[in-house]
Amino acid sequence: MTKQTVAQGSGLLLLLAVAAVFPLVFTNPTATNFAVVTLVFVAVASAWNIFSGFSGYLSLGHAVFYGTGAYFLTVAANDWKLSAGAIFWLVPLAGLAAAVIAVPLGLVALRVRRHTFVVITIAFFFIAQLSASNLSVTGGSSGMLVPQPNWAGATFNNPFYYVALVIAVATIVLAWLVRRSRFGLQLRAIRDDEDRAAGLGVRAMPVKLAALVLSAFITGMAGAVWVYFTGEAVPQFVFDPLFDLAIVLMAFFGGLGTVAGPVLGALVLQPAQLWLNLEETNSYSSEILFGALFLVVILFLPRGVLPTGAEYLSKAQAWIRRRRAAPGETAREPAAGADDAITPTSAPGGAA
Amino acid sequence: MGTEIAHAIADGILGGGVYALMAAGLTLVFGVLDIINVAQGILVVLGAYLSYVLSVHLHIDLLVGLLITVPAMFVIGVVIYWLFIRTLRGAERTSMTLLACFAVALIIEGVLYREFGSNYVSLNAWYVNQSVHIFGFYLADIYLIGFGLAVAAVVVLYLILYRTTFGRAVRATMQNQTAARLIGIDVNRVAALTFGIGVAVTAIGGMVYGSITSFTPNSGYDLISRLLAIVILAGMGSIGGALAAAVFMTTIEALVDIWQPDWSIVVFYLAMVIVLTFRPQGLFGRHAVRAQ
Repeated sequence: MTKQTVAQGSGLLLLLAVAAVFPLVFTNPTATNFAVVTLVFVAVASAWNIFSGFSGYLSLGHAVFYGTGAYFLTVAANDWKLSAGAIFWLVPLAGLAAAVIAVPLGLVALRVRRHTFVVITIAFFFIAQLSASNLSVTGGSSGMLVPQPNWAGATFNNPFYYVALVIAVATIVLAWLVRRSRFGLQLRAIRDDEDRAAGLGVRAMPVKLAALVLSAFITGMAGAVWVYFTGEAVPQFVFDPLFDLAIVLMAFFGGLGTVAGPVLGALVLQPAQLWLNLEETNSYSSEILFGALFLVVILFLPRGVLPTGAEYLSKAQAWIRRRRAAPGETAREPAAGADDAITPTSAPGGAA
Repeated sequence: MGTEIAHAIADGILGGGVYALMAAGLTLVFGVLDIINVAQGILVVLGAYLSYVLSVHLHIDLLVGLLITVPAMFVIGVVIYWLFIRTLRGAERTSMTLLACFAVALIIEGVLYREFGSNYVSLNAWYVNQSVHIFGFYLADIYLIGFGLAVAAVVVLYLILYRTTFGRAVRATMQNQTAARLIGIDVNRVAALTFGIGVAVTAIGGMVYGSITSFTPNSGYDLISRLLAIVILAGMGSIGGALAAAVFMTTIEALVDIWQPDWSIVVFYLAMVIVLTFRPQGLFGRHAVRAQ
C-alpha cells in the first residue's frame, strides 16, 4: 500500500517536472500554443467533472462561465488600461465573476430533475450567447480585442503556459481533495440517489450549489486565460456549443467522476482537435469526426477509458494469476484475489 | 400601432402552429421514451434542405415534396433510434441519450455544411411570397399554409394516439413501460416508431420554416433552443401543453419584436425561467420534481 503510494507520488512528481520544463524543451511556438490551450482544457474538464461528474447533474452550459470569465477579463483590461503582466491579476477576479453568475443560475436550474437540468443549462447557454452578441458592453457580435503584451515572439507563450499550468494543477489537486472529503461523499450520494441522500441528512441544494459555484470559478479563470491568450473575444467562439460538448466528451472519454479521467481526456482529445484544425481548414470534418467519436465513447465506453481499461486489466491479471496458480499450489491466491475483488464493485467512480 | 399589434398577434399565432408541431414531436418522444432529442432542431433544418433539394434540383413543388420528405424523415428517425439509442440502458439513460442525440446532431450539421456550405438559402414556391387580405391586414400565404399543415399534422397525431391500437400501445408505454411490456406490447417497436413519428414531423416543420425564413446548417441551434424552451415551459411530456406554449411564446415574441427585435427571443427563456422558479415541473408537467 505505502509502496504504491510512493510509486504514485513519484510518478506524479515526475509528470509535474515534465510539465514544468516543457516550454523550455519544446520552444516551437506551435507546440507551446497547443500546450497552453490543452492545459486550459485540463482545468475546465476537471472543473466540469467536480460538479457534473461527482453530482451526476450533467451541465451543458459551462460555456456560460467560461465566457463570463473571458468577457470579464476583456472588458476590464480594456477599461482599466492595465499593463501586460497586470492583466493576469484579473484572472482570479474573472473566476469570481463566473462564480457570482453561477449562484442565480444554480438556484433556478438545480430545482428540477436531472435531465431537465441538462436542458435548462443549454437554454442558459443560448441566453448568454445572445446577450454577448447584443449588449454594447461586450462589443456586440463583432466582439472585442484584448490588449496584447509586446513580449518576444519566441517566449511569448511561456507566461500563459505557466499560468495555465498553475490553474490546471490546482484544479486537479482540488478535485482530488473534494473527492476524498465529506463534501465529495455528499455529492456522490446525491449522484447515486438524491432522495435517499436527503433522507440521510445531506442538504442537497447547498451541496450541489457549492459544487457548481466552485466549478464555475475555475471555468471562469480558465476562460479568462484563454481569451487573453487568443487576444479576441467574439461571441460565437467564446460561447461555442462545441465547447460544452468537448469538455463533456473529455470527461466521458477518460472516466466520468474520476480525478484522472477528465485530465487524460483533455490531454488526448484537445491536442488531437487542434492538430485536426491545422490539417483540415474546413470545420465540418472535425465536427463529423467529433460527433462520431462521441457516439463511439457513449455506446462502447460509457464509463470511460480509465475505468473500463482498469476493469479489463484486473480481469487479465486475475486470468494470468489463475493460469499460474492452476498447476501448483493455491495458497498465494486469497491475498491477491481480495485485492482484485474491490476494483469491479467500486468501478463507476472507483478508479481515481 | 394598433394594426401592428394585431398583425404581430396574427403572425405569432400562425407561426406558433409550426413550432407547436415540432415541439409536439419533441415532447411525444420524451413522454414515451424519456429521451430528449436535442437533434430535433438540426433535423428540422435537414427536412428543410430535403425540400430544397427536391424543389431546386427535381422541380417538385414543396407541398408535393412532403409526400417524399415525411416518410424519409420517418425512416431517418427510426434508423437513428435503432443504431444509437436503443442500446443505451441504465440509470443515466436519459442523460446518455441526450448526449447521443447531440452527437448525431453534430454529424448531421457537419454533413449539411459539407453538402450545402454556410450560405443562407430559402425555399420558394408560387405561394411563398403571396399574401391575402383578411380583416384589414395582409397575411402571408405561407403562414396560413404552414398553420393549416401544422393543425392537420397535429390532428393526425391525435388520431394516431387516441384512435388506433398502436396509439393505445404508445400511451400505455408512456404511462408505465414495465406494465406495457407485461401485457404484451413490444416496447422496442413502439419506441422506434414513436421516435420515427417525432422526427417525421420535422419534415413539415422544416418545409414551413424554410419558406418563412432563410436558413443555414447553423439554424438548428436557434430552433432547438426555442423548442426546448417551449417543452420545458409546457412541462416535458405534455403534448397539449406544448401546443399551447408554442403559440403563446411565438405570439409574445412577435409582440416584443415590434419594439426590441434583438431581444425578442430572450422572452422565451425569461418566461421559462420564471415558470420554473415557481413550478419546476412546467405548466402542464405531470412528473414530480424530485422523482428520478
